[in-house]
Amino acid sequence: MKPRQLGVLARHAVLIAGSVLVVVPFLWMFTTSLQTRAETYTNTSILPTSWHWENYARAWQSAPFAQYYANSLIMAAGIVAGHLVFDSLAAYAFARLEFPFKRALFTVLLAGLMVPTFVTVIPAYAIVAQLGWIDSYTALIVPRLADVFGIILLRQYFATIPLELEEAARIDGCSRSGTFFRVVVPLSTPALATLAIFSFLFAWNDFLWPLLVTNNDDMRTIQLGLTSFVGRYGTSWNYLMAGTLTATVPSIVVFLFFQRALVRGIATTGLKD
Amino acid sequence: MTTQQTAVRPGATLPGGRRPARPGRRRYDREQMLTAAVFLAPALIVLGVFVFYPILSAGQISLTSWNGFDPTKPFVGFDNYVRLTQDPEFWNSLLVTVLYAAGVCVLSVVSGLCVALLLDAPIRGLGIYRGIYFLPVVTSSVAAAIVWRYLLDPSGLVNGVLALFGVQGPDWLQDRWLALGALTLLTVWKNIGFNAVLYLTALQALPHSIYEAASLDGASGAQQLRHLTVPLLSPMTFFVVVQALITSFQAFDLVYVFTEGGPRGGTEVLGMFMYRTAFRLGEFGYGTAIAFVTLFLVLGVTLVQWRISGAEGNDR
Repeated sequence: MKPRQLGVLARHAVLIAGSVLVVVPFLWMFTTSLQTRAETYTNTSILPTSWHWENYARAWQSAPFAQYYANSLIMAAGIVAGHLVFDSLAAYAFARLEFPFKRALFTVLLAGLMVPTFVTVIPAYAIVAQLGWIDSYTALIVPRLADVFGIILLRQYFATIPLELEEAARIDGCSRSGTFFRVVVPLSTPALATLAIFSFLFAWNDFLWPLLVTNNDDMRTIQLGLTSFVGRYGTSWNYLMAGTLTATVPSIVVFLFFQRALVRGIATTGLKD
Repeated sequence: MTTQQTAVRPGATLPGGRRPARPGRRRYDREQMLTAAVFLAPALIVLGVFVFYPILSAGQISLTSWNGFDPTKPFVGFDNYVRLTQDPEFWNSLLVTVLYAAGVCVLSVVSGLCVALLLDAPIRGLGIYRGIYFLPVVTSSVAAAIVWRYLLDPSGLVNGVLALFGVQGPDWLQDRWLALGALTLLTVWKNIGFNAVLYLTALQALPHSIYEAASLDGASGAQQLRHLTVPLLSPMTFFVVVQALITSFQAFDLVYVFTEGGPRGGTEVLGMFMYRTAFRLGEFGYGTAIAFVTLFLVLGVTLVQWRISGAEGNDR
């Protein structure tokens, strides 16, 4: 065997070993979710040996998972829609329009990125509580309708669209906003898709804010539901793993379908930063 | 990094290198300004009310002994900050966070770079590997923490594997140092794909000509790695380190589910300490002071990092 082939082989060996470390927890979660409670304490096999699919039904019945799921979906839909509309409008203003204090304003937004959530979370909670929004979708969605990350991501993308295209539209009598909606938005679907995926994953996996602004079990999101499930069924690992897996599936599905867009997004924002 | 660059030289040129029509006096198109105002308003209102106003408000709350419910916020000056310096729980939390952050930073750089170097070659299945390493990134912290709690359970998989080698595994999450180590590894495990993608992007942007020249000069692969790749990647390393720092100084979800800060405060990172102080004990003023100290720590360490990596750049 040539040394070059040997090198490739070694690469694969190390990568596969690493992959195993990454994947085993997921596999173990799946295997456990299909076992009886007794088996979870004696099992030594990584691959499923028994197939108790009814565990999933049991897990879903023992806690209002359907409600948690619905709440998370509603919250995620609201946040994704908000980011797409609010962020892209603001991003366009920063990318293409001239107005006073533009640079200063953008710098302030960037600086806001550095501030830990913990600094803002107490006053933000106080505002939401004062508005009487606790235990409502409003509290879960409205404070997060816009985010700085999305504005930066889209601004970068909008700046790469050839100015000539917009100028052509303007000469044809299109207004500023008309140009934005008819020329810029249609050309930006890849960037908008990337933002939508990031926002969905953020919303679906979010924990602290929903924890603070919801008390009622009916308003809990899936991640909160999972933790209270842990509290109640702490040692029924099979049900726990079934619940955890069903809560994780949406993020994994979204990721598998949109892997390219996601990785591209990280690559562009990472590089620029 | 953009943040610092922008902060260092404000208002040097307009974006895109365009200069104002007349020096000193900028003229704005009315229609553009109006459109900009309409376009910016929704995002700025939301961010203003729920992010930027809270930052200012937090500064004020940290100077009070507010309990989160009373309409009055008794002003106490810098008492909360003074109290921090005398609070053993804060010092414990700070120590835990610093150790945790250091571990996460070092291991994130090493693991991310290693995986990226392995993937930076014309090999088959690149997309599959990338997908696999990315799985933990998209998994929620809650789910990851639950699974790892189970893996590290005395009857769990990790101790099961150790038993195969005749080793009696410990009760991981009952020992403060083991629990902190496990938390560090869990965090690194969760972010390895993210860091690898960042490094991979940087690696693929490196110019090939340098490596060809180095090869012609007889530099070995290891020498090229040490003297070319690693220094050339230092901007990305800076970014990865800052990301890891922010992650660990803000860590909450993972810890909340994995250990709840235990055993006996052994993994009570600053985020957890703040949450407990404000939302469990109702000390919002004190909790906000903790948050502010965290902010200044992150900014301070980032600045030091920035200086170090900047100096490195000048040495080359």
